[in-house]
Amino acid sequence: MGNKKNHLDAIKTNEKFRFIGTRPIRPDGVDKVTGRANFGADFSANGMIHGRVVRSPYAHAKIKSINIEKALKMKGVKAVITGQDFPKIDPSDKVVGEVTVSFYDMSQNVIARDKVFYDGHAVAAVAATSTKIAEEAAALIEVEYEVLPAVMTVIEAMKKNAPVLHKGMKTEGLESGPKRSSNIATRTEFRLGDPAEAFKDAEVIVERDYTTQTVHQGYIEPHACVAEISADGMATIWSSSQGQFMVRALVAKLCAMNTSKIKVIPSEIGGGFGGKTLVYLEPLALLLSQQSGRPVKMVMTREEVLRATGPTSGGHARAKIGAKKDGTLVAAELEMEYEAGAFAGSPVKLGCMTGFSPYNLEHVSCIGWDVVVNRPKAAAYRAPGAPVAAFAVESAMDELAEKLDIDPLELRIKNAAVEGTRAVYGVKFPKIGCLETLREAQATEHYQIPLGPNQGRGVASGFWFNIGGQSSASVIVNPDGTVIVATGNPDIGGSRASMALMAAEVLGIDYKNIKPLVADTESVPFSDLTGGSRVTFATGKAVVEAAEDAVNDMKRRAAKVWDVDIDQVEWKDGIATCIETDIHKPMTIAEIAAMAGKTGGAISGKANINAKGAGAAFATHICDVEVDPETGYVQVLRYTAVQDVGTAIHPSYVEGQMQGGAVQGIGWALNEEYVYNEEGLLQNTGFLDYRVPVASDMPMIDTVIVEVPNPGHPYGVRGVGEVPIVPPLAAVANAVSHAIGIRMADLPMSPPKIVATIDAAS
Amino acid sequence: MARVNLPVEVARSYCHGERNHDIAASDIRAIVKTLELQFPGIGERLNRGLAVAIDGEIFQEWLLQEVEVNSEVYFLPAIEGG
Repeated sequence: MGNKKNHLDAIKTNEKFRFIGTRPIRPDGVDKVTGRANFGADFSANGMIHGRVVRSPYAHAKIKSINIEKALKMKGVKAVITGQDFPKIDPSDKVVGEVTVSFYDMSQNVIARDKVFYDGHAVAAVAATSTKIAEEAAALIEVEYEVLPAVMTVIEAMKKNAPVLHKGMKTEGLESGPKRSSNIATRTEFRLGDPAEAFKDAEVIVERDYTTQTVHQGYIEPHACVAEISADGMATIWSSSQGQFMVRALVAKLCAMNTSKIKVIPSEIGGGFGGKTLVYLEPLALLLSQQSGRPVKMVMTREEVLRATGPTSGGHARAKIGAKKDGTLVAAELEMEYEAGAFAGSPVKLGCMTGFSPYNLEHVSCIGWDVVVNRPKAAAYRAPGAPVAAFAVESAMDELAEKLDIDPLELRIKNAAVEGTRAVYGVKFPKIGCLETLREAQATEHYQIPLGPNQGRGVASGFWFNIGGQSSASVIVNPDGTVIVATGNPDIGGSRASMALMAAEVLGIDYKNIKPLVADTESVPFSDLTGGSRVTFATGKAVVEAAEDAVNDMKRRAAKVWDVDIDQVEWKDGIATCIETDIHKPMTIAEIAAMAGKTGGAISGKANINAKGAGAAFATHICDVEVDPETGYVQVLRYTAVQDVGTAIHPSYVEGQMQGGAVQGIGWALNEEYVYNEEGLLQNTGFLDYRVPVASDMPMIDTVIVEVPNPGHPYGVRGVGEVPIVPPLAAVANAVSHAIGIRMADLPMSPPKIVATIDAAS
Repeated sequence: MARVNLPVEVARSYCHGERNHDIAASDIRAIVKTLELQFPGIGERLNRGLAVAIDGEIFQEWLLQEVEVNSEVYFLPAIEGG
């Protein structure tokens, strides 16, 4: 296919694309700014009733009994369900085709069976003719608990005499086989070379412990869905998620239904950041609908979102780095313990794999412990596991630079990972842009400006893998030559615009003549969910192939009309031209489309792929802060995010991802944390107390786009959505540490903590 | 022979801690079959929550991916995304 070659040639010769790299208005923009767009809670159906969830008031307890009689008798109540209404799932049932997950754990997380494992754990659900009645009925459901001691931190949970959450859970990965049940699900280890021996050659060593707290993804739109199951057992679910096919697969498994009987229609999504890559309400709504015979709508409150969904792991990390006096790194170690929440599966392994990846190290080890605690089950959050690891590693690098009296960016440049560097998880990097981001950061005006009193500057780098995976796309040419591009990925960060731009580039027609659609599960073939920074890369690759398929179809039609071989037809700027002779008038896409009936019927292209070649992402951030030593308040003065994006398809949305990730990381560094009381009950269940950054807290986040094209994508795309949250924790901590002259190793750096730190030091 | 590297926790549970294995195979399915013959039960474990990197390229769905004579094959934690 000639087109594929041309794309990368264009990058190599710096030839300008016609559409890629431009900044048109997003196709969904008008609906979103005018309020017409339909999000999860906006859908209604005829005869719809409303569901509410009864949640555990305890962090850890046995369920002795649940009495639903009073609730069922209440006027207006149409259905009540508990965990006993769900199919039993075998504990070993961990994998199906569409997703890899422990269904046993997920089923118990959706609704408790014999035990509740965290404050807010669902124990029953009720559906009634109004939300008010449903809430009143929920209050009538009597649950008898036997309260158990709660284990809230990894330190407590790893103690030998700690109460065990899951009897029978034994630690995988120990040198000698585990003998008894434990809260430690897994010990994992990655190693290159012999770090213990190599540390003997180090002339300078830094070593320190770091802690972070549980934080939530903080998406603005709470979880919401409507589910309806008809008398013939056909189900339809409208929901806000990061993947309609993911919802279908999980609901099918948890409710023991055939996939073909479930149709999932995606709504717009008001933020997910990984927290909507699984289901909470959908299986409950479906069973309530089954019992009541009515469509059931369920919408979480903010309190429910914070108590029972997300979050990402808090944890503890210990980083040690050894270097020569000239700054050459000789050895490094990282050991981390992450909270998994109520069920095994924190992202500690990914933290281990990412922490030292920006550096070229021959001798390095990373050990991770996955630990269950009585908190909500950790869900994915932008670059899962990587920010906490980077906080430890990048803080240690900053401390090392101080000790060596070397500029922190120079130290990183000296040791930067490049093509051929072997990461701690064994893989050699292909073409990457780590060094390029460091050099661009060093060249920014920001890095040169002088600082004032109580001000500090911090830098940090970060890495994220990015993934490919399964994506499908259909390109439909309408009779007037306009085009529909249908894919199966919810648009979280402007992907409709990116899909349309890539299709426009291949088809050679104006962006405004392309309508990108996010289709339901019965209108396009399967696609993996929107996550892992994969959509612009993988689904974009599918769109490019589908558009090429449509172009080839149109070239065939033109060849047929002209009675020439298809090789004699050239496609450029949306026009087919006969190379062989000029007696045939070139045909536009509209002309070819108009005569589709005469040349073989409707014109379309399709592609169903498992995309290979995802390019790794690296970023370097610079942060300036000013700390008020009396109040401990930290003002972020200036912030610059530098990132290798491969090729920016729509630079505004790339910049938006970089800015959004930076701001979420700043919130993680400065203010966000779950606050539990002594009984393990969450105390800050709203955005007034769980403090995410708002626009007035932040300066404009400056962005520097670095483009080191990914050879694995026809236009050089790398995923951009996750790596921007990796460096900020350390960048901010390093800035604050320099501003106050004390190393900050415990997040969040809230005003009381900073004041206490300054007071303790003085 | 492809050089196959297993995660520590899998190697400790099934292979007496031995992480590196040289296996003659043309695809990952054949590698898993060979390992299963030597270390019963490991096949199921490798199919649970793991990705595979073949000569630097990471595959989440890996069963039928081909390997070369001197390929480096790493079984890795599956990479979830946010």
